[in-house]
Amino acid sequence: MISSFLIYKTILVVAVFAITLFVAAYSTYAERKVAAFLQDRVGPDRAGPFGMFQPLADGLKFMMKEEIIPDSANRFLFILGPSIAMLTALMAGVVIPWGNTLVINGESYTLQIAELNIGILYVFAVVSIGVYGIMIGGWASNNKFSLLGAIRASAQMISYEIAMGLSIIALVITTGTLSLREISLLQAGGVGSDWNFWNVLYQPVGFIIFLICAFAECNRTPFDLPECETELVGGYHTEYSSMKLALYLFAEYVNMFISSAVISILYFGGFNFPFMNDLGLDQNTITILGTVFFFAKITFFIFFFMWIRWTIPRFRYDQLMNLGWKALIPLAVINIFITGLVMILTSK
Amino acid sequence: MPTLNLFYFLSFVAVLSALLVVFSKNPMHSVLYLIITFFAIGGHYLLMNAEFLFVVHIIVYAGAIMVLFLYVIMLLNLNQESEPHKSTVLKFAATICGGLLLLILVAAFKGADQLPAAATEHTVGYVKSLGMVLFTEYLLPFEITSVLLLAAMVGAVMLGKPERLNKG
Amino acid sequence: MQALTNRSKVVVKKEMSFLERIYLPAILGGVVITIKHLFKKSATVRYPEKKREISQIWRGQHTLKRDEKGAERCTACGLCAVACPAEAITMTAAERVKGEENLYREEKYASTYEINMLRCIFCGLCEEACPKEAIFLTDRIVTTDYARGEFIYGKDKLVEPVDARVDVTPRQTAAVLEFKTQKQFSHNK
Repeated sequence: MISSFLIYKTILVVAVFAITLFVAAYSTYAERKVAAFLQDRVGPDRAGPFGMFQPLADGLKFMMKEEIIPDSANRFLFILGPSIAMLTALMAGVVIPWGNTLVINGESYTLQIAELNIGILYVFAVVSIGVYGIMIGGWASNNKFSLLGAIRASAQMISYEIAMGLSIIALVITTGTLSLREISLLQAGGVGSDWNFWNVLYQPVGFIIFLICAFAECNRTPFDLPECETELVGGYHTEYSSMKLALYLFAEYVNMFISSAVISILYFGGFNFPFMNDLGLDQNTITILGTVFFFAKITFFIFFFMWIRWTIPRFRYDQLMNLGWKALIPLAVINIFITGLVMILTSK
Repeated sequence: MPTLNLFYFLSFVAVLSALLVVFSKNPMHSVLYLIITFFAIGGHYLLMNAEFLFVVHIIVYAGAIMVLFLYVIMLLNLNQESEPHKSTVLKFAATICGGLLLLILVAAFKGADQLPAAATEHTVGYVKSLGMVLFTEYLLPFEITSVLLLAAMVGAVMLGKPERLNKG
Repeated sequence: MQALTNRSKVVVKKEMSFLERIYLPAILGGVVITIKHLFKKSATVRYPEKKREISQIWRGQHTLKRDEKGAERCTACGLCAVACPAEAITMTAAERVKGEENLYREEKYASTYEINMLRCIFCGLCEEACPKEAIFLTDRIVTTDYARGEFIYGKDKLVEPVDARVDVTPRQTAAVLEFKTQKQFSHNK
C-alpha cells in the first residue's frame, strides 16, 4: 500500500518535472515563432521540420559555451543565484492540480503532487523567494549593471506582490478556500448541470490585476525592466554565461508556465471544461479530457504572455511604480471591499 | 522520533546561522544567514502543523522584509573601511539593552510549559481556526497591532515625502 | 509653412482623458493589430533555397574581362578610379615586357587592381568610364566574410578565369554598344 503510494507519487513528480521542463524548453521556441509570426516573419525553421529541434540545439549550445565567472565576483553566491531562480521556479509546480482524480482498479489517484490547504499561499511564498535568485546573482556579479538590474527586480517584485496578494484575497473571499484544488473543483460544471461559472465572471477586476501582476512577477514585457537591454546591457544576468545564463532564462519560462497554470486555475476553471457533467462520460475520461483542457488553457495564456510581449513596449521605471502603487493596489483594495460587501449582502 | 530529530536539526541550523548573522564580517552574508534562520524557524512551525503560519512567515519575513534589507545593503555598499567606528559608551549601552531583552525573554518563556494542550491540536495551523481565534479572542491585540502598523506607514510616508524647495 | 505632404500631423500635448490614462483601450487596440499580423503572409524569402528574382542589369560583384584571346583588357588608365564616387578602386600600372603579349592586351597593364567592397556602392560608374570594356558589374553577390581585410578584392578575385568566362552580355545594352562604336573611341577595337 505504502509502496504503491510512493510509486504513484514518484511517477507524478517525475512527470510534472519533465512536463514543466519540456513546456519551458518549447516556450523558448514558441516565443521566437510567435514573435516571428506577429512580425510577418518565419522564425527558426532550420533545425528539423519547422525548426522543432531548435530548443535542443540551443540547449546544446548553452552547454558547450565557455563558463565565465568574473574574477571580482563572489563565487559561491554567483553560482547560488541561478540555482535559486530555477529551484523556486520548479517548486511551485508541486501544488498545482494538473487534473481531477483517476480511478484505476478501485483506487483513486489524484493528479496533484501535494494537496495543501493553503496551496495558493504556498505558490505565493515560492514566488516571493524567487526574487533572491535575481538579487543574489545580480549582487554577486560585482557589476553595476547587474546590481541595478537586481535592485529594479526586487523593488518591482515586492511592489507587485502586494497588489497580487490583494487581488487573491478578493478571490478567496468569494471561494472561501485557499486550496488550489478546491478552487478548481468549485468551478466544476460550467454552463450545464450545476450552473457554476468560472471565477473570472465573479472577479473580472481581480483577474485583470492578477494578470498584470503576473506579468510583472515573471519579468515579462512590458515589465522587463530588470533585464532592460537598452539601459542595463543584460540586467542582472549581464555577467552570466553558459548554462548559468540558461538557468536564468529557463527559470523565466518555467515561471511563465506556472503562472499561466495558476491563472487558469484561479480564474478559468483549471481542469474543468463546459458541459463536462452533461456529456455522460465516465470519471476517467472526464479527468483525462480535463487535463487536456487545462493544458490548452495554459498554452493559451503562454501565448498571451508572448502576444503582449510583442505588442507593448517597456514601461519607464516611474510609470511602473506609479501603476503598481497608485493604481493597482488601491484598485485591489476597493475590489476587496466591494467583494466583501456583496458577500455579506448575498449570504443572508 | 523523526520529528524530534528534525526538531534538533532545525534548531541547530537556526542557532548556528543566527550566530553567523552576528559574527560574519560581510553584511550581505549576514542577511543571507538571517534568511536561513527564518527558514529553520519556519520549519519549526511546520513541525507544529502550523502550515499557514509557516507560509505567512516565509512570505512576510523571507520574501518581503529581508528583500528590503538586501536592497538597502546593496545600495549602501557597506564594507569594513566605511563602517563607522562605534564609541565605547554606545557599545556599553548596547550590551545592557541586549542583556535586558534576554532577561525579559527568559522571564517570558519561563512559564511556557503551562501553555494549554489545545495549542498543539492538529487544526491549529488551519486558516479557519486561526481566523476564529484571531478575530474573537485576540481581537484587541490584533487591532492594536494594525494601528501600530498604520502609524509606521504614516511615518514612512512622512519621511519619504520630498521636502519643499522653497521652505525656510 | 506649407506642408510637404498631407500626412503631417500637428502634435498637441493635451491632458489625457480617463480612458487614455488607464491605457487598457490602447493596449487592446495594439493587441488587435498584432493578432492581425499573425494571419498575414510572411515577407521572408528562405534564401539559400529560394533566391529573390533580380533585375537583368543587376549590379553585383565586378569582374575584369579578358579579350577573345584570353589577355587582360585593363590598361590601368585609372579612369574607373577617378569615376568612382566611393573611392573604392586603386591600382598600380606596370609595363608589359616581351613575351607577355598573350597575357595583357595593351602595353601597359595593372599589376595590382583592388576594389574595396566595403566602400563600393555598386553604382556602375567604373563600368561606364572604362574605355577598354575591361570592368563590368555582374549578377554575382559579394559574399559575407569575418574580417574587413577580406573585402579588399584583388586581381585574384576580380579577373575572370580563362577557363570560366563571366557572361556580361546583359550589361552591354544597345545604347552602350552604340556609344562605343563612335569614331573618337576607335581605339577600343
